[in-house]
Amino acid sequence: MHIEVRDLNKWFGQYHAVRNVNFSIEPGQLIGLLGPSGGGKTSVLRMLAGLERPDSGEIRFYDKVVNDVPPQERGIGFVFQHYALFKHMTVFDNIAFGLTIQKWPKDRIRARVAELLELTGLSGIEKRYPHQLSGGQRQRVAFARALAPEPQLLLLDEPFAAIDAKIRKELRSWLKSLIDRVGITSIFVTHDQDEAIEVADEIMIIQQGSVEQKGTPWDIYKTPQTPFVAEFIGESTILTNVHTLKGFDSTSAWPNSKALIRPEYIEVGRVGELRLASASERGIVKALHFRGSEWLVEVAVGELTLKTYRTLENPVLQIGEEVQVLVHRIYLFNEDDHWVMENPLKEDPMPVHI
Amino acid sequence: MTSRPPRISRTGKSLIGFTYMLFIVLLLVPLLQIVFGAGKQGMGSFTQSLLRPEALHAMWMTFSVVVVVTLLNTFFGILTAIVIVRGDWLGRRVRQLMNSIIDLPFAVSPVIGGFMIVLLLGPHTVLGAFLAKVGMPVVYAFPGMVLATLFVTFPLMVREVVPVLQEIGTQQEEAASLLGAYSWTTFWKVTWPSIRWGVTYGVVLTIARSLGEFGAVLVVSGNIINKTQTMTTLVYQDVDNFNIAAANSVSLVLAVGSVTLLLLMEWAKKRKGVQADAH
Repeated sequence: MHIEVRDLNKWFGQYHAVRNVNFSIEPGQLIGLLGPSGGGKTSVLRMLAGLERPDSGEIRFYDKVVNDVPPQERGIGFVFQHYALFKHMTVFDNIAFGLTIQKWPKDRIRARVAELLELTGLSGIEKRYPHQLSGGQRQRVAFARALAPEPQLLLLDEPFAAIDAKIRKELRSWLKSLIDRVGITSIFVTHDQDEAIEVADEIMIIQQGSVEQKGTPWDIYKTPQTPFVAEFIGESTILTNVHTLKGFDSTSAWPNSKALIRPEYIEVGRVGELRLASASERGIVKALHFRGSEWLVEVAVGELTLKTYRTLENPVLQIGEEVQVLVHRIYLFNEDDHWVMENPLKEDPMPVHI
Repeated sequence: MTSRPPRISRTGKSLIGFTYMLFIVLLLVPLLQIVFGAGKQGMGSFTQSLLRPEALHAMWMTFSVVVVVTLLNTFFGILTAIVIVRGDWLGRRVRQLMNSIIDLPFAVSPVIGGFMIVLLLGPHTVLGAFLAKVGMPVVYAFPGMVLATLFVTFPLMVREVVPVLQEIGTQQEEAASLLGAYSWTTFWKVTWPSIRWGVTYGVVLTIARSLGEFGAVLVVSGNIINKTQTMTTLVYQDVDNFNIAAANSVSLVLAVGSVTLLLLMEWAKKRKGVQADAH
C-alpha cells in the first residue's frame, strides 16, 4: 500500500505530540519509526490506524484521504505492544476473530487459520488460551491475528519490548523474514536502535514530534542530517576543543562547533602498532571495559577523553599505558550546519614508520 | 514448598476467640432464633402466617421490586461504568465528579434517600401531581419503591464493573475494532466476557440489598397493606402489632433468601478470582 502523510499534527491538551510530520512510504517496504520514548512515534502509528484523529493534516492510502475512515474500514493489521490478545478466547478464536467478523465461511476460516498457524510456527497449540502461552508465542499469535484478514498494511507498536533479550533477537529475524515472505507494507515503532537497524528497510527518526531524518539504516549512520540523529544512532562522544587533536587544528576556524566522534572512528594501539604514525596522537589508557566481544578503551589525549574499541585479537592494553591514537574522522556541527571531516594527515604521501 | 503454621500469641488467640464469639452472638444466634422460633410454632402456624393475603402480596411486591430494580440497575450500572471509564467525550473532570457522586447513596441514610424522592415527586409537588394525573403516581406506589431501591443499590453495580474495565484497558477493544468489529460487536465479543463475573457479583449484591431494603422503601411506599407493603415492611408491622410468630415466619423466608445469596456470592467471587488470575 502506498502511504502519504502531509503536515500531520496532533495535540494532547497543551502538549504538541506530533508536529508537521510529512513522509511517504512505498508499497512493500518495512519502515522503522525510531526515537526516544515519548517522541510521538506511537501517536503517528495510532493516527495511521485510525485510533487517534489528527488535529490537522492528511493521511492518504493509495492517494485517497482516509482521515475520516474509521479503523474498522481501513484494512490495517495492528500488533500492540502487549499484544492485546482476547484472553477469554483460544489461539484459534483469536486468529479467526477478524475473519468471523467479516463472515467468512467456516471452512475457509479453518483453512486460513491453519495456514497462519503453520506460517507462525504455532501449529498444535491452537486450543490453548493466551495465559497458557510464553511471551514469544503470544507475540506470534498477535501477528497471526493481525495478518489473518489479509491487511494491506501492518502496524507494529514496540513489537519486541515485552520479550526477554535472547528471544527478542530470534523473533526479530523471524519477523523480518515473515514480512518479506508475505510482502506486506509494514511500519513498526521502536526505541531500540539495534532493532531498527537490523529489521527495517528504512528508518524514520522521530524526536519531539517531528521527523528528523528518513533513510536506509546505512545512510543514516553514514550521513546523519542533524546532530540529534548523529548522537542517537550508534555510540558516540561529543567534544568541544577538538582542534587540539592532531590533524583537526583547522576546526578552530569554527569556534562554536562541537565534534561527535564514534568509537569506530578511532584506532588505538601500542606504540609502533599503528601504520599511520604521523597522523596519530599519543595518549594514556584511562580505563578498560570488557564488552564480551571486544574491549572498550577510554584514552586520555591531552585534555580530551576518547572512547574506542579494541579487538580481542590484539594484545591487551594496561591502564596507564602510553598508546597511539588515530582519529580517522569527526562529525562537526554547530547551530547552522553539520559536516563530516576526514583526518587530512591520513593522506600523508610519506608515512614515517618508527 | 512447606509452610509451617504461624505461631499465635496468647493475646492473638483471645482476640480470635472474641471475634468468633461476636460472630456467633451477632449473626448465628439470631438466625437460629428465627429458625427455631418459626419451628416452635409448628408447620401449620408457619404456613398459615405466610398464606395471609397481605403476606402473599408483600412477597409478590418484594419479588417485583427486586426483579425490576436488578434489571434496571444492571443496565444503567454497566452503562455508567463504561461512561466513567471509557467516555473520553465527557472530559476527565466530569467523569471524576461522576465517579465521586456515584458513592453518594453509601453516605446518605436510605431514609433520607426515600425522603428526597417524596420531596421531589410526592403528591403535593408539581411533578408528582402531574404524574399522578396521567395515571402514574410515583410516591406511595410501585414506581417510587423501585426508585428508592434503585437509589440505594446504584453504586453496587458501578463499583463492581469500573475496576474491571480499568484493568482490562482499551487495547483489546482497539484490537477488535481494527479487525473490523464495530462497537456493539466489540462489546459483546470482547468487553462482556471480561466483565461478566463482575456483573454477576454486582447482580447478587443488588438482589441482596434490594431484598432487605427497608428505610427508603418505608418512607416512599407509605407501607399500605395489600398495596405497597413489602416483606421487610410487613415484618416491621407484624412486630409493631405484637404478632411475633408471623414476623418470624416472614423473616425466615427472607433469611433463607439471604443465605442462598451468600452462597451465590461466594461462587461469583470465586469465578471472578479465577478470571482475574487467567491474565
